[in-house]
Amino acid sequence: MNGNGGTRHILSILVENRFGELCRVVGLFSGRGYNIDSLCVAPTPDPAFSKIILTTNGTDAIMEQILKQIGKLVRVLKVTDLNEVAHVEREMALFTVSTPSAGGRQEVLNLVQVFRAKVIDIAPDAITIEITGNQEKVEALLGLLKGLGIRDIVRTGPVAIPRIGAATEASLPRLADFEVPEAESSV
Amino acid sequence: MEMRGARILLEALLQEGVDTIFGYPGGAILHVYDELAHVRDRINHVLVRHEQGAVHAAEGYARSSGKVGVVMVTSGPGATNCVTGLANALMDSTPIVCITGQVPTHLIGNDAFQEADVVGITRPCTKYNYLVKDVRDLARVVKEAFHIARTGRPGPVVIDLPKDVTAAKTRFVYPEVVDLPSYRPVGEGEPRLVRRAVEMMVSAERPILYVGGGVVNADAGAELIALAEALNLPATPTLMGLGAFPSAHPLSLGMLGMHGTYAANMGVSNADLLVAVGARFDDRVTGRLKDFAPHARVIHVDVDATSINKNRVVEVGIVGDARLVLRQMLQCLKREVRIEGPPPRESWWRTLDEWRRKHPYAYKRRKGVIMPQAVIQELHRLTKGEAIVTADVGQHQMWVAQYYGFQRPRQWLNSGGLGTMGYGFPAAIGAAKAHPGQTVVCVTGDGSFQMCIQEMATAIQEKVNVKVVIINNNYLGMVRQWQELFYSRTYSEVGLEWLPDFVKLAEAYQAKGLRATKPEELRQVLEQGLKTPGLVILDMIVSQEESVYPMVPAGASLQEMVLEPPDEGEEEPEPRDLA
Repeated sequence: MNGNGGTRHILSILVENRFGELCRVVGLFSGRGYNIDSLCVAPTPDPAFSKIILTTNGTDAIMEQILKQIGKLVRVLKVTDLNEVAHVEREMALFTVSTPSAGGRQEVLNLVQVFRAKVIDIAPDAITIEITGNQEKVEALLGLLKGLGIRDIVRTGPVAIPRIGAATEASLPRLADFEVPEAESSV
Repeated sequence: MEMRGARILLEALLQEGVDTIFGYPGGAILHVYDELAHVRDRINHVLVRHEQGAVHAAEGYARSSGKVGVVMVTSGPGATNCVTGLANALMDSTPIVCITGQVPTHLIGNDAFQEADVVGITRPCTKYNYLVKDVRDLARVVKEAFHIARTGRPGPVVIDLPKDVTAAKTRFVYPEVVDLPSYRPVGEGEPRLVRRAVEMMVSAERPILYVGGGVVNADAGAELIALAEALNLPATPTLMGLGAFPSAHPLSLGMLGMHGTYAANMGVSNADLLVAVGARFDDRVTGRLKDFAPHARVIHVDVDATSINKNRVVEVGIVGDARLVLRQMLQCLKREVRIEGPPPRESWWRTLDEWRRKHPYAYKRRKGVIMPQAVIQELHRLTKGEAIVTADVGQHQMWVAQYYGFQRPRQWLNSGGLGTMGYGFPAAIGAAKAHPGQTVVCVTGDGSFQMCIQEMATAIQEKVNVKVVIINNNYLGMVRQWQELFYSRTYSEVGLEWLPDFVKLAEAYQAKGLRATKPEELRQVLEQGLKTPGLVILDMIVSQEESVYPMVPAGASLQEMVLEPPDEGEEEPEPRDLA
């Protein structure tokens, strides 16, 4: 089962853009007891394909199974574990914070500046903020603003893209590739 | 030429070489059944009495012949009745294409009459599924479905077909090629890995060949025997691999696992090299995983990469078709890793022979009652070990696996992975359709037989030569055995105190019914049953509290197998008759 001493992995799944295929990927996770912590999906420039970015948690053994199981799906063209590839990660969060006093509002606006976030909506007693950054940055701002009262929140979860020039074939054993073990001297 | 979807479907099936459909009509699939009436000279239709029977029959047809089994049912309950069979086919990797009628496209999602979200319901229990929303996609979908069903690791594919699509018209063009860019099953194995594996097999001192159902699916029996003989490898089949390696072959140790032979389980536990071909390290085989083949390095050949390193991390994992990889290994042995002859491995064989001699399959005869194992032995003798045999699930299944020496692949049909009671009888009907004229024997239990008993009507209508041998102990035997061993004999809901009179029931269905209650009757009743043409139900009243041994208790290691029950009854061990 998932979640026991594992690490967070970001998976990039290139799948044919067909009715029901997202459901099939998600169903695979639930059917085998793996958890999806976050998920983002959108078509690629080639409308025949969509890209799913999802995060999950698991040990190396579990990740090997997950990658192979996803890769086995008929409409999945490629699956990559972005943990194995140099990548840039971003997450976007929109959230509404209560600002009961003028002092509270000023504190929020200061933090928005520090985090280079944006104010996208404002009312006498609340502010809606948009922040983009890696997961740690988003979590940090949320942590600091929790004390004031977060009324509503929407998160995309991490999405990631390989760094330019990074090897994109890297992942845990591909479907047909296992390392050839060293030949030993005897027996 | 323009034709309606219903006809396109049938023409597409004919293009795929389909000669038999197992099905049951209904509203949503009516147009297709209308077309079917016009092609009865080119396609047979077997009308079952429950859709579950249709899928199991298609499985029996497929597994005994190597062809894709075809099912056709209506929407709603017709389709949902197929779920058990589909899950069964997925677990045992049987190629099936199941066409389910569906309500018209404009009614999907409207809670229409006999509507069910079949694609949603069958998604986790099929290899792939389709909803055809446009008749112009139909021919391509059929071609893809057959391709997916039969290639790579075979499995069931569902085609959900709305009624209006079967009525709509378009030109029938059957595609030449399949275009599935994301589906590329691996054929040959990586040559460097094959070479490494062969080197390891040559130099191993205590190797064991562990043969699974994948060898049957790949029709790789001949290559397997050739490799085993060339390298003098002792071989042990799994429940699903029985027959892939002939049981009478001197290299065969017998089945391994929970109810396998002492020699096979001890062999695996002491091996220094385990060569797994088309097997998946299932828990019924391995027992406690960390103690399975504890001293062995493992070579794992499998067409499904997800099976490799799933339960056991292996030294050499080769993804590929069993037959192609075995052939590569034979070539590699001949051309690269040349050896003088099969390595003798005398010390290992001495040990294995001693284990084979010490504890063959055995049971104690009780006086005055038919022993279930004896029924199988006698059946084997009377059919010369050559019949196509199906079984249901339970103790009888294990006794067939132990005492019926299978000699070739596709002779033995049973539900291994899912363990579906009710499989045996319809599967026998399907196998009989694939092998007209041959005798097919279904060994079943008094519990299992009742699960798809309605298919007796199908068997009579189809005039198939199926003999049903009921190992009747008035119990759900396997569950009773577990309750005896692990629940202090608390028999909870396992007693089948009320049973129909199977002989009278057979006669009600216009079949022949026979019964044996005493050991003296066994041979004569079986003989008579096998000689009588058509459907015969043989009610064999056997010893009631017999258990299957050896047994590896759940959670134990293979070496902790229990060889026999606590001492009681007369001592008359009956060695396995392989003649």
